[in-house]
Amino acid sequence: MTNILDIQNLGVSFATDAGEVQAVDGVSLSVKAGEVLAIVGESGSGKTVTAKTILGLLPDTASTSGAVVLGSNNVIALDKRALRAIRGTDVAMVFQEPSLALNPVFTVGWQIAEGLRAHGRFSRAAARVKAIDILRRVGIPEPESRVDYYPHQFSGGQKQRVVIAMALVLEPELIVADEPTTALDVTVQAEILDLLRRCRDEFNAAIVLITHNMGVVADLADRVAVMYDGKVVEEADVTTLFSAPQHEYTKKLLGSVPFIGQGTASTTARAIERSFGNHATIVEARGLKIEYPGRLGRGGFRAVNGVSFTIQAGEVLGLVGESGSGKTTIGRAIAGLTAVTGGSLKVLGTEVRGLRERGFRPLRADIGFVFQDPASSFNPRLTIAECVAEPLIVHGRAGDAAAARTRVDELLEAVQLPKVFGDRYPHELSGGQRQRASLARAIALGPKLLIADEPTSALDVSVQARVLELFAELQREFGFAALFISHDLAVVDLLADRIAVLYKGELVEEGTGADVLVTPQHPYTRRLIASLPVPDPVRQAERREELHRLREIG
Amino acid sequence: MTEATTVPTAPGAKPTLFQRLPIVSHVRRSVGVQRGMLVAGLIISSVFLIAALFAPLIAPYGFAQSRDENGIFGKQLPPSPEHLWGTTVGGFDVLSRVIWGTQTAISVVVIAVVLSIFIGVVLGLISGYLGGWLDRILIVIADAIYPFPTLLLAIVMSIVISGGRSSLWSGIFSAAISITVVFIPQYFRVVRAEAIRLKAEAFVESARVVGSSTGRIMFTHVLRNSTRTLPLILTLNASEAILTLAGLGFLGFGIAPTSAAEWGYDLNRALSDAASGIWWTGLYPGAAIVLLVLGLTLVGESVNDISDPKLRTRKRLRKVAA
Repeated sequence: MTNILDIQNLGVSFATDAGEVQAVDGVSLSVKAGEVLAIVGESGSGKTVTAKTILGLLPDTASTSGAVVLGSNNVIALDKRALRAIRGTDVAMVFQEPSLALNPVFTVGWQIAEGLRAHGRFSRAAARVKAIDILRRVGIPEPESRVDYYPHQFSGGQKQRVVIAMALVLEPELIVADEPTTALDVTVQAEILDLLRRCRDEFNAAIVLITHNMGVVADLADRVAVMYDGKVVEEADVTTLFSAPQHEYTKKLLGSVPFIGQGTASTTARAIERSFGNHATIVEARGLKIEYPGRLGRGGFRAVNGVSFTIQAGEVLGLVGESGSGKTTIGRAIAGLTAVTGGSLKVLGTEVRGLRERGFRPLRADIGFVFQDPASSFNPRLTIAECVAEPLIVHGRAGDAAAARTRVDELLEAVQLPKVFGDRYPHELSGGQRQRASLARAIALGPKLLIADEPTSALDVSVQARVLELFAELQREFGFAALFISHDLAVVDLLADRIAVLYKGELVEEGTGADVLVTPQHPYTRRLIASLPVPDPVRQAERREELHRLREIG
Repeated sequence: MTEATTVPTAPGAKPTLFQRLPIVSHVRRSVGVQRGMLVAGLIISSVFLIAALFAPLIAPYGFAQSRDENGIFGKQLPPSPEHLWGTTVGGFDVLSRVIWGTQTAISVVVIAVVLSIFIGVVLGLISGYLGGWLDRILIVIADAIYPFPTLLLAIVMSIVISGGRSSLWSGIFSAAISITVVFIPQYFRVVRAEAIRLKAEAFVESARVVGSSTGRIMFTHVLRNSTRTLPLILTLNASEAILTLAGLGFLGFGIAPTSAAEWGYDLNRALSDAASGIWWTGLYPGAAIVLLVLGLTLVGESVNDISDPKLRTRKRLRKVAA
């Protein structure tokens, strides 16, 4: 088979305030017709830049060397007109965030037709017929009426289907998909992966798949290129890569992917240990309801509906659910950031419902919170030491940041950050380091309860593994109870003593990791577990069959 | 250790305090046309600033001086070695009046900006962070003041303060206060919008979780992060303040020529001269107004562009042939 895409010795560098930065360095790759090439790597490894080069989408500040041969054209040497001609017909792109990739003021039919008409082949009516046809083929129900819908009338998964339809409509030979499922829930992710597989099988399109999720790679890819620091460190077909990785970095990457079943042993040991300890109830929710006020004349939105659970001293409760399931809302309610509107929520023995900020403040010394996004959870104008000292100062344990410095240094040491990092500003730290500092701030007052809201979902997988390890270590050492919120079942399994599954604001299942993950009762939990791709192509193929079967049942 | 390798290392030494000062850091970061604009603006503005500071040393005569040891200057004299830019219809030296006028202009700018920035920032911060009914009332008031023409307000102000004709300080203050009233809503709106944005940021929420008091959150966390755009409004407002002062003087509500030199007044007196071919009385004060406004606007605009990473131009890399 002939190569559709040939990247030869590609180098890309950017002009930044700090001088020239080499993002991609000597990358050579090729893609055959009807093949899925996955490019994996951490953030900053140059995988997205490589993908953008294929479509000639780099900004003015970039300079490129080498060659990107697409069909018979070298994309790097083309001018703007020629680039426009090949975009859409020869190569198309699927973006990460479908709600940003679609223009909210035009109907999806118009946006699909836009691509068709840009290449001058269709009348208005013909384009519409073609748009309806392609929407049907990507699995949008009732495409005849849906073609006139605006993007906000579709769900996230359907929006991604529309984006894929836009990519497919001119029947390109190559589709570049940049993290196509990262912004989607895991059950929707499985559907989109199925659709991408059909793009290859039915439309015979080759796909360049950019992702950091090894499960997605195992599910979809034929061949894998691992990128690290702007270079391709390993390239192999998918079964070889997963069974016999060659490069150190690949091994480390595969080793840090969490999988279900990892946590069972440690959970049992911890349960025995805890049975000797105290059984004080730290958090108790009974029929908890949380409603967000609606606009005038409309009812409010009920984010949490009648949820009951308890967290005992020293216990880690994992809260799992998709976006919109209400898991973050529960965490925020316990921390007093969102008001409870019904039922009962007792935190450290105090009824929180109807409690005002003044009444909540005494509880705050005993609650630590780790936020999802390490980039924004620190005041950019304060140093790390000042940020970590903040709870100490506020609760009168230290006069100012300088007086708290000894304690801050201890805390930084506890989270394995060198002392000198205390004098740095948040933007000078990497995501993982910032999340460690965030942990240090959360445990500064020795809290009885720690709430961690997706603390690792913004991190690379290898960094995530180390932060999770640290979390488990700190929990053992300080013995706080924790509410660990995540969308990733495997991560929760690793840490939690008990797992609670939320679905549309209701608690559908609760139990130990072994109960929930091995013998799930609720159909939603089963679907959730089956949708989670595992980093093993052979087993993933079996699981896919299982998921199809589950979907047919209901 | 992957994590250790991803620490961004600053190239070279850490910039000193001087190099991190607002304008200085902007000059350091700029290139090409943007740098040209900024430097031109800075040069023009600093020439005026120097003239204002050292007016008593630079100006050959006083602003209200119409005679020296050789007797009366004479009216509407053309430029000559004694009077480089000629004399006005009132018999004053034009060069001296322009230099002394700088002092008046800069005082008005400083007073107007200082008065409005403090009130506007504090109100915006309270309004944006606390929200509620206070926010709504303040917004309505700000909206009501917005459409007021500055000049009209300034005229009313100057009548209230000094009955129209005024001495040095009451003239400066009437101009400054009227400008302040119109500028407060601008600072208010900008800081309020920033406070509302920052209120939802994770670091403000984490301060709430930690148990920080509202005042502490507002002043250590929100205020310090909401002042980015102020230098831009500050420079743009400064140029507007000068135009208002000149407008007041031109309309006859300015400062009496014997209490201070003021460009707008001089322009007004030069109106009739223009028809009779006496160009020097009007040209120089007019040029001073245009240049100072131009200089400040150039600084403001380029500081804005350079602060925004999307508008900032960077040194081009060599394009490597494929």
